[in-house]
Amino acid sequence: MTVTIDRGSTTAPASGLTVLGWIHRNLFPDWRQGLLTVAVIWALWQTLPGLIGWLFLDAVWRGDRDDCVAASGACWAFVNARWGQFIYGFYPPELRWRVNLSMLALVATIAVLFIPRLPHKGWVITGSFIALPVVSFVLLHGGILGLEVVQTDRWGGFMLTLVVAVAGMLGALPIGILMALGRRSNMPAIRVFCVTFIELFRAVPLITVLFMASVMLPLFMPQGFAMDKLLRALIGVALFNGALMAEVVRGGLQSIPRGQFEAATASGMGYWKMMLFIILPQALRTVIPGLVNTYVAIIKDTTLVLIIGLFDLLGIVQAGVSSSDWLAPSVTISGYVFAGFGFWLLCFGLSRYSMHLEDRLNAGRRR
Amino acid sequence: MKTTSILTSVFALSLAAGGMAAAQTLEEVRERGHLNCGVSPGVPGFSNPDDAGNWAGFDVEVCRAVAAAVLEDADAVRYTPLSNTERFTAIQSGEIDMLSRTTTRTLNRDTALGLNFAPVMFYDGQGFMVREAMDVSSVMELDGATVCTSAGSTTELNLADFFEANGMSYEPVRFDRADEVLAAYDAGRCDVYTSDRSGLAARRLVMNDPSEHVMLPETISKEPLAPGVPHGDDQWFDIVSWTVYALIAAEEYGITRDNVDEMAMSDDPNISRMLGGEGSAVGEWIGLDNKWVHRALAAVGNYGEIFERHIGPDSPLGIERGLNALYTDGGLHYAMPFK
Repeated sequence: MTVTIDRGSTTAPASGLTVLGWIHRNLFPDWRQGLLTVAVIWALWQTLPGLIGWLFLDAVWRGDRDDCVAASGACWAFVNARWGQFIYGFYPPELRWRVNLSMLALVATIAVLFIPRLPHKGWVITGSFIALPVVSFVLLHGGILGLEVVQTDRWGGFMLTLVVAVAGMLGALPIGILMALGRRSNMPAIRVFCVTFIELFRAVPLITVLFMASVMLPLFMPQGFAMDKLLRALIGVALFNGALMAEVVRGGLQSIPRGQFEAATASGMGYWKMMLFIILPQALRTVIPGLVNTYVAIIKDTTLVLIIGLFDLLGIVQAGVSSSDWLAPSVTISGYVFAGFGFWLLCFGLSRYSMHLEDRLNAGRRR
Repeated sequence: MKTTSILTSVFALSLAAGGMAAAQTLEEVRERGHLNCGVSPGVPGFSNPDDAGNWAGFDVEVCRAVAAAVLEDADAVRYTPLSNTERFTAIQSGEIDMLSRTTTRTLNRDTALGLNFAPVMFYDGQGFMVREAMDVSSVMELDGATVCTSAGSTTELNLADFFEANGMSYEPVRFDRADEVLAAYDAGRCDVYTSDRSGLAARRLVMNDPSEHVMLPETISKEPLAPGVPHGDDQWFDIVSWTVYALIAAEEYGITRDNVDEMAMSDDPNISRMLGGEGSAVGEWIGLDNKWVHRALAAVGNYGEIFERHIGPDSPLGIERGLNALYTDGGLHYAMPFK
């Protein structure tokens, strides 16, 4: 079928558009739009000056609690005084370079994904995803290569949020893929196990899983065999999100036409080869929005670890605003605004990244 | 069948192991080189990370005092911040050696939950806050007032009992969360705000204008906050208990962080004995060396100093001594003799 485009009907853009012309066309094309424009401008006029004044002009940037109580704006002095704590938790200041280095490793891993053409890209990416947790653990925890041990009770703040989020993400995807495949398996034992696992973890709130991990588990373990509290929480987060991820992946698997399976089998591929090279690449590509959704949820769910006494970014801010040196209304609000901004940055970055990824992967079949 | 019996025996074994291990807390702590202490994850004045990232506060000082007595180093403490629900599991499972975490001593916790409580560090209780403009000086004048409180708490029950016992009426305004109660009172939805006194003192500071509000003198409930240790290790219980007594006794005798070295030379036999002077056996009896009290006091100071430093009238919280004064000043703190 040939499509004829009627080029004559498209008007050429008005050249040399004036400011007034632009305003007329975009803000006041008719009386209803004009009314809306006026309403929006009025709302901004009412709120913006107060917001800017509170956030910047009247804010206290340096000083202590008394300065903040005296001022009418935000208390960034509090964030300033506790900046190191908010980022690194209780990590010893002289060893913070190790945290920086492992954050750099994380950034480098993400950067590798951005390089469009890389020789052996698949291996490089798989390798860096396996290396990242190992390298980060060695750097953060220490104990080998002459690095001083830093116990996990000293971890906290933004760094802990990243640790929980990244561990949850890296753990959830493989668990999710295996569980999704298992749920569609022909072998009854595997299928029943996967269905039970998925339905069990999907049916309980994450808080319950964390409480089980932190409160119940120690009672069943022999005395003296104390499993690290953070590790217990990480395993809980990974299993829980693995179950959610499994259903997302299963949705992708269902979208693959039967012919693809048959064609792969007909070409003599075994089960794993078929899944790895034919089915999963297509299935995962269709569910990128769902995957990213789960990932954003993981980042936001990391704050739940504060109820089991781990200080993530929100937890450490909360402990800070309740410290008696800093008790004041403006300190509390500033602290929460700061924590909210931190989380927004993480989640917004992630969703931008997923848009870029979708764009690139779907380049061949954009409609 | 087989699995069940294996599980049961593993469970029984772990319980038995727990029972055996619990009786050697002192050796374990010494071997480990640090004390595991459970604290609150953030209660103003009681336990909070300071700007430098160290734990500080009234509850934290007890951990430091015990560490100084047992390990000769007040900084040899690993703090485990614990939520309300976790705290008892943490101590039952041996994750922590002691709990110093604004925990009220009750019959249930002392028996069924398996804790032994050291002497009370802070006598808290439910109090009332009103606006200064109301010009009220006693709870007895609050007949017919609207009261903001948290729903389903002992606070709410105490409130009902107290008003009924005094033949007064009131209108409760209930909220689920503590910060909602605070916000409602601050916004003027009720005349009176009721909660534990230490909590009231802290929350007043985050109100829009703290100077508008006053605390009424009455305390209508008992909330004795005490450090706890697990059942089954009497020696460890003694060490923690007598460390608290030492802090209180030191205030009675006027021993402070600064003068403890001079006081060790004192002629008063009570003081000299306590600080491990000539012929003292305070260490021998308890299983430590004779200087343990001296070290604890040099590290944190006496009870009065700790109180002043973190929650007293000159601190931001500004809590009066009241019931927490020595018995000689009309309070309830009474140290047993170091003999």
